[in-house]
Amino acid sequence: MIRVVLPAHLRTLARVDGEVKLEVEPPVTFGAVLDALEAAYPMLRGTIRDQVTRRRRAFLRFFVCGEDLSHEPAGTVLPEAVAAGDEPFLVIGAMAGG
Amino acid sequence: MSGIRLLVGTRKGAFILTSDGTRKAWDVSGPHFGGWEIYHLKASPADPNRLYASQSSGWFGQVIQRSSDGGRTWETMGNKFAYEGATGTHLWYDGTPHPWEFARVWHLEPSLTDPDTVYAGVEDAALFRSTDGGQTWSELPGLRTHPSAGVWQPGAGGMCLHTILLDPATPGRMFIAISAAGAFRSDDGGATWRPINRGLRSEQIPNPTAEVGHCVHRIALHRSRPGTLFMQKHWDVMRSDDAGETWREVSGNLPTDFGFPIDVHAHEPETIYVVPIKSDSEHYPPEGRLRVYRSRTGGNEWEALTKGLPQRDCYVNVLRDAMAVDSLDPCGVYFGTTGGQVYASADAGESWTAVVQHLPSVVSVEAQVLP
Repeated sequence: MIRVVLPAHLRTLARVDGEVKLEVEPPVTFGAVLDALEAAYPMLRGTIRDQVTRRRRAFLRFFVCGEDLSHEPAGTVLPEAVAAGDEPFLVIGAMAGG
Repeated sequence: MSGIRLLVGTRKGAFILTSDGTRKAWDVSGPHFGGWEIYHLKASPADPNRLYASQSSGWFGQVIQRSSDGGRTWETMGNKFAYEGATGTHLWYDGTPHPWEFARVWHLEPSLTDPDTVYAGVEDAALFRSTDGGQTWSELPGLRTHPSAGVWQPGAGGMCLHTILLDPATPGRMFIAISAAGAFRSDDGGATWRPINRGLRSEQIPNPTAEVGHCVHRIALHRSRPGTLFMQKHWDVMRSDDAGETWREVSGNLPTDFGFPIDVHAHEPETIYVVPIKSDSEHYPPEGRLRVYRSRTGGNEWEALTKGLPQRDCYVNVLRDAMAVDSLDPCGVYFGTTGGQVYASADAGESWTAVVQHLPSVVSVEAQVLP
């Protein structure tokens, strides 16, 4: 079971409280996690990755186990601690005022 | 008694204001989609409880919402706005070619007859249509692939398609406007388009009378006479009586002819409203006095409407989609400001009341009469 932590606005959009829990078949790549997230919560399509280009939105980053995966290819296999659900997959929005 | 529903889009969410036909006491619901920019929301003329909303964010991109119960509950719809075929380039601010990139939906225009059909005007400028209630969107690429598109340039707010007018009398005819390309008309349901900018004069561009390149801020029409169009341009208030073939200036005695919104009285096709703004570099009312100007002669002769509006120290703006009229009698007129006020007039502009005063900056206002 994969645990995903979303920014507050995306939790609201997806109508979830707290972490999202997903089942992802191994190998657990971060692209597979995002695919599973969008499949379970279709309203999130386009909000993390652009629908057309599939690129990560510029003001979002991905972290696991203290590591920044934002610039890694989607096929990157996540650490076992994430695949086992011990550590969450974090989707982080840039801080901003206004 | 009939009721009124105002749909207010702001920088931090949507608000729905309702009143009975007297338009005196208002109930405020919201924020819906709190914290998100709501560029526009609008109801289907064919089903008053069917609403569409454009929700967007610099972080999370574009979301489309739909309500089937007048805004009490919402459903997230499709948000894939993929340009059709090769995207090509337009000109960037510095005059260099720049690829078409989708940024957001500025305006949603539901069909006059089918609640499941809705048009979306987007940045970078293009027109999309959904015929399944917003689940999927297809571009009408004839506009973006018009031969002039390669030299379209964005205004400071982005290269947005912000106005969509569906002609109620001529099947297949529609008008759109793009900042800063100009106005365009289709006579075949959006398949093909041509610029309708003859008579516009824009001193800010190399050829002031060019076929395209004009920063049209808003166009409006009266349902009973859709061949007559009114335009608030970057500078100049304009009028066309031949469906946009030719335009003439009707700024007349306005204190300044810069502004954003323009609208037409619901029952008097020659009565129009604008909100003059000091200049293109100072987006607030002249002399700090918020005045709506009304012409009952289709332009040229204007009167200031000030009763109930702040007449000192007022430095808000009224954006292009932030004015609306209702179809009650007398006609109601509404507008929202960048300072978060929504003003309402239940007497065609003679007097005004601030319905709300402290919303986030208002981007759009739509009015609908409820049965």
